[in-house]
Amino acid sequence: MPTRNDSMDVKRDGRTVMEGQEIARALTRVAHEIIEKNHGVKDLALVGIRTGGVYLARRLASKLKEIERIDLPVGELDITLYRDDLNSRKEHPMLRTTEIPFDITDLRIILVDDVLFTGRTTRAAMDGLIDLGRPSEIQLAVLVDRGHRQLPIKAMYVGKNLPTSLTESVEVHLEETGEPDRVVIFPP
Amino acid sequence: MNLKRKDLLGIQDLSVEEINLILQTADSFKEVSGREIKKVPTLRGKTVVNLFFEPSTRTRTSFELAAKRLSADVINFTTSTSSVVKGETLLDTASNIQAMRADFIVLRHPAAGAPNILARALQASVINAGDGGHEHPTQALLDLFTLREKKREFRGLRIAIVGDISHSRVARSTIYALNKLGAQIRVAGPPTMIPRDIERLGVSVFYTLDDALQGVDVIMMLRLQLERQGIALFPSIREYATCYGLTPERLHLADRDVIVMHPGPINRGVEISPEVADSPSSVILDQVTNGVVVRMAVLYLLSGAK
Repeated sequence: MPTRNDSMDVKRDGRTVMEGQEIARALTRVAHEIIEKNHGVKDLALVGIRTGGVYLARRLASKLKEIERIDLPVGELDITLYRDDLNSRKEHPMLRTTEIPFDITDLRIILVDDVLFTGRTTRAAMDGLIDLGRPSEIQLAVLVDRGHRQLPIKAMYVGKNLPTSLTESVEVHLEETGEPDRVVIFPP
Repeated sequence: MNLKRKDLLGIQDLSVEEINLILQTADSFKEVSGREIKKVPTLRGKTVVNLFFEPSTRTRTSFELAAKRLSADVINFTTSTSSVVKGETLLDTASNIQAMRADFIVLRHPAAGAPNILARALQASVINAGDGGHEHPTQALLDLFTLREKKREFRGLRIAIVGDISHSRVARSTIYALNKLGAQIRVAGPPTMIPRDIERLGVSVFYTLDDALQGVDVIMMLRLQLERQGIALFPSIREYATCYGLTPERLHLADRDVIVMHPGPINRGVEISPEVADSPSSVILDQVTNGVVVRMAVLYLLSGAK
């Protein structure tokens, strides 16, 4: 019998727009672009934005290693303390730890996130990074760019451009969290 | 995740989940405190008022640093310089502070329960920084954070708390907290300093320090409140030091990996010998470092409770 709770299940009727192989290929291409743009991997480091970005940063690091035979440092950045919506949210998000066990000063940092949307997360991440040191450059890599920027921010490396409406939501599932790799769009 | 409360008044009414949330949140702030730039913008525009009716350097400074590292603005009121000397009541003082749009009031007061009164009357978050002989929750939390850092697990940990248990709000808060987390607590001190019904809190009582220290993982020394000497709880400071002072010889009675804690300020040569205070077993300065970190976590979590 249909009940009100079914609306929960409707949300599950997402449209899958990217899956395993496709995600892997996109990341391979991004890895090559990173090398091309930076003329190699000298002085590069990856910093993933928790949590999805961290897994993607690790994947990119292993792809870069396959190609260039060099282990790049990978850091994990929690941006909660830098959010601009802490006062307007009902609850604080769970605080996690930033772990960047290397000095970022004078490095070229590839900031990695799963979805680029309003740009506010990226803004917070840049503030967080700059509190840790003075990188010579920050470049942004994302798996999905879904548009609707509210700040003047642009990704240098994009796995896939994904036109969405403002009310849709985009989820990135990654194997590291126990689900098969896929990007799904959910209707409002 | 948030604390489901506006105020932090004591450990007694905190759940194990809330305690763990505070400790876990403090982990993140430990990382921030290890940076070259030890400041995050999280509480920008918020105001923290330290309202201290008793002398304190460590706790007040620690709260002040915690607030500043979160980018909050801090004002310090101490009784000697405030209108309290002109006869203003606690509630009036606090209402005036609230009228200046303070978001947090950190209160230290000689009367047990004073923070509870403020918490009921004010919209601002009230944090108890020590109320009479009642509680000192952030001290207990920093003790827990330090213990967790050094010993990983609370369950089954053997802990001796030594000194004036009767007059120690630190001891009370810490006993409440460690009990909730499953540690085995022993208290030791002269009979005049051990409350008669303390066993009801789930601790075992020792009147001889050597017995209390056998095999313990943690020794928590309390400060001998020399200013209370007039109450004649013990014949002389020298006798107290002989019977209840922690010396290197006594340290050997405890577990090989024992750690020594003290809420400060320490009376060298009275409750703790300089050799012990400065030994590798001592985590007294770690406690001070962690105090800032834990207070950042408390400010952060309370600011999210709407």
